[in-house]
Amino acid sequence: MKTNILARDTVPPITLPPDKTLLDMLYYMKLTRELEFRIERKLYRQGKIVGGVYVGRGQEAIAVGSCIDLRQDDAVCPSHRDMGAFLIRGMTLRTILAQYMGRKTGATKGKDSNMHMGDLSKNLVAFVSMLGDNVPVAAGIGLSFKMRGQDRVALCFFGDGATSRGDWHEGINMASVFKVPVVFICNNNQYAYSTPLERQMAVENVADRAEAYGMPGEIIDGNDIVAVWDAASRAIERARSGHGPALIECKTFRMTGHSAHDDAGYVPHELFEFWKERDPIHRFEQLLTDRGLTTPTAIEELQQRINFEIDEAIQAAEKDPLPEPADCLRDVYFEGTEE
Amino acid sequence: MAVTTYVEAIRQGIWEEMEKDERVFVIGEDVGIYGGAFKVTAGMLERFGEWRIIDTPISESGIVGAAIGAALMGMRPVAEMQFADFISCAFDQITNFAAKCRYRWGAGIPIVVRGPSGGGVHGGPFHSQNPEMYFVHTPGLKVVCPATAYDAKGLIKAAIRDPDPVIYFEHKFLYRRVKEELPTDDFVVPIGKAAIRRKGADITIVTYGAMVYTALDAAKELEKEGIDLEIIDLRSLLPFDKEAVLDSVRKTNKVILLHEDTQIGGFAGELAAIISEEAFEYLDGPIRRITAPNTPVPYSPPLEEFFLPKVSDVIRVARELYAY
Ligand SMILES: Cc1ncc(C[n+]2csc(CCOP(=O)(O)OP(=O)(O)O)c2C)c(N)n1
Repeated sequence: MKTNILARDTVPPITLPPDKTLLDMLYYMKLTRELEFRIERKLYRQGKIVGGVYVGRGQEAIAVGSCIDLRQDDAVCPSHRDMGAFLIRGMTLRTILAQYMGRKTGATKGKDSNMHMGDLSKNLVAFVSMLGDNVPVAAGIGLSFKMRGQDRVALCFFGDGATSRGDWHEGINMASVFKVPVVFICNNNQYAYSTPLERQMAVENVADRAEAYGMPGEIIDGNDIVAVWDAASRAIERARSGHGPALIECKTFRMTGHSAHDDAGYVPHELFEFWKERDPIHRFEQLLTDRGLTTPTAIEELQQRINFEIDEAIQAAEKDPLPEPADCLRDVYFEGTEE
Repeated sequence: MAVTTYVEAIRQGIWEEMEKDERVFVIGEDVGIYGGAFKVTAGMLERFGEWRIIDTPISESGIVGAAIGAALMGMRPVAEMQFADFISCAFDQITNFAAKCRYRWGAGIPIVVRGPSGGGVHGGPFHSQNPEMYFVHTPGLKVVCPATAYDAKGLIKAAIRDPDPVIYFEHKFLYRRVKEELPTDDFVVPIGKAAIRRKGADITIVTYGAMVYTALDAAKELEKEGIDLEIIDLRSLLPFDKEAVLDSVRKTNKVILLHEDTQIGGFAGELAAIISEEAFEYLDGPIRRITAPNTPVPYSPPLEEFFLPKVSDVIRVARELYAY
């Protein structure tokens, strides 16, 4: 069993974010986990969600820690285990749940499923299933910022498996050649579906790939939200001030099967045990409690509040209308008179 | 009015749109310093600077992906494929990302992907293809194939202004062989409208791209025998001008579908289906197709000449159909 995965020294976080940010992080991580629990373990099993369901259980620190300090005019290209990004950018629970339940009020009006949500008004770019495709797109977003002299930044997310795609390499190379303001964030959860990392790449770390493109690559403990926040903040600041893209590899673990139908029988049991000890939410709760920022009672109250918010959103989304069959024909092309 | 070549018409169209709209930029391989492999972007670097005429690494998927990203942020990118053949390397970004964004989440992707297609210049299997049908089969895209300098300019301008992704196939055989006087004022050619290149009474030929000229040459010969062809230049394949085709077929009652692309899965098959569905009772003879054979585009002159539909093919088929 390979558990010593932080092969390089991690940069110890120098400062913590402000208390308000720390508490927001806790909220969004817990909200992500509960929402995905309901989606995967309740609504999906109740047959209320059809099709595929992918969650990021155990990886919540990555999207939350990296998106929490973004500006509204920055852009985010999430991947399929980055629910926190949608929540932080302001997509409502109801819109998200309606999306999963195929409602007309969902982010894609029933046209697409699960994580394939986007909203240009929030600079949230919808993921396509083809892994790695969002990497050149993020490079282009960064390019458009740079061309216009804007100090905006784009964040782009993907898993370890996606880094084997040609598009990933084309996009990373272009981003580096053009020195665009994009921060690439890999959740290295050690598996791509059933394929372990050593079948995915002959290098030890995803970050090793960055060097070949002349881009800094940093490895961090992806289950330590402060480490994620710290590395992302530095990379975002660097990109914003014109020093180009960076790659952050967040070592983590997928605490479920690949999707709701997969029991992950191919993952050694000890690995789950090992990573359970390193659960990003429990660790962070401990940290905040130790620092006197929260208490077990306050954490319980927070959980109740989250449960309530999600209950309400589920009820609302369930009552939302399904699309009309003939909506199938709409919006293939622009239908208005002026965009 | 000056005489303008087809290639210069494309250049002018892009240039004028860049002057008019600062969101428009060009991205591709060797488009800047070199001015493009066929000089479509010559002089633009000097005028617009390196952030609007962007030389890229050899990364077709990266180029189209970057164009999509920039379009999402409000830009109007024109992505060049050095040869249309290389568009296969960007297939996924075009068909899965660009084509489906509006349908999925309401995000329009106003990009143009353009490149030189077609044979007749001994380019061989990888520099002569007609890849239009891969994209015609993809809802969400628009596909245009201009045949004249006027259309080349009017369609590139329409494509740049269009709110959806447009694949613009220019025919490299026509680049410097076709020229005409162009109006000096701003004009566009609407996407989805065909042009009648020759009015005639006996047989309709529906075609596009370089084959327009093959049909016109055949019409001149056939005229001497009293066979009067009507020639429809589709100009756009997706969407295409169904009414123009059906109107003509209803008038002449006979139709030949002609294209340089190969036969199986070619546009002629689609047209044949629509004509038989919607104008069957007007037909006085079989719908005939003239296309390239189902092979890659070969290199050696006798092979390529065999491959490309010829004036003599059109004359032969027209005579047969006329006599029917
Ligand atoms: C190009 C492509 N091939 C195959 C798939 C099917 N697929 C979906 S997720 C997945 C594994 C992805 O692994 P990774 O990128 O490491 O992300 P993770 O799921 O581990 O977060 C695969 C093979 C896909 N979506 N896209």
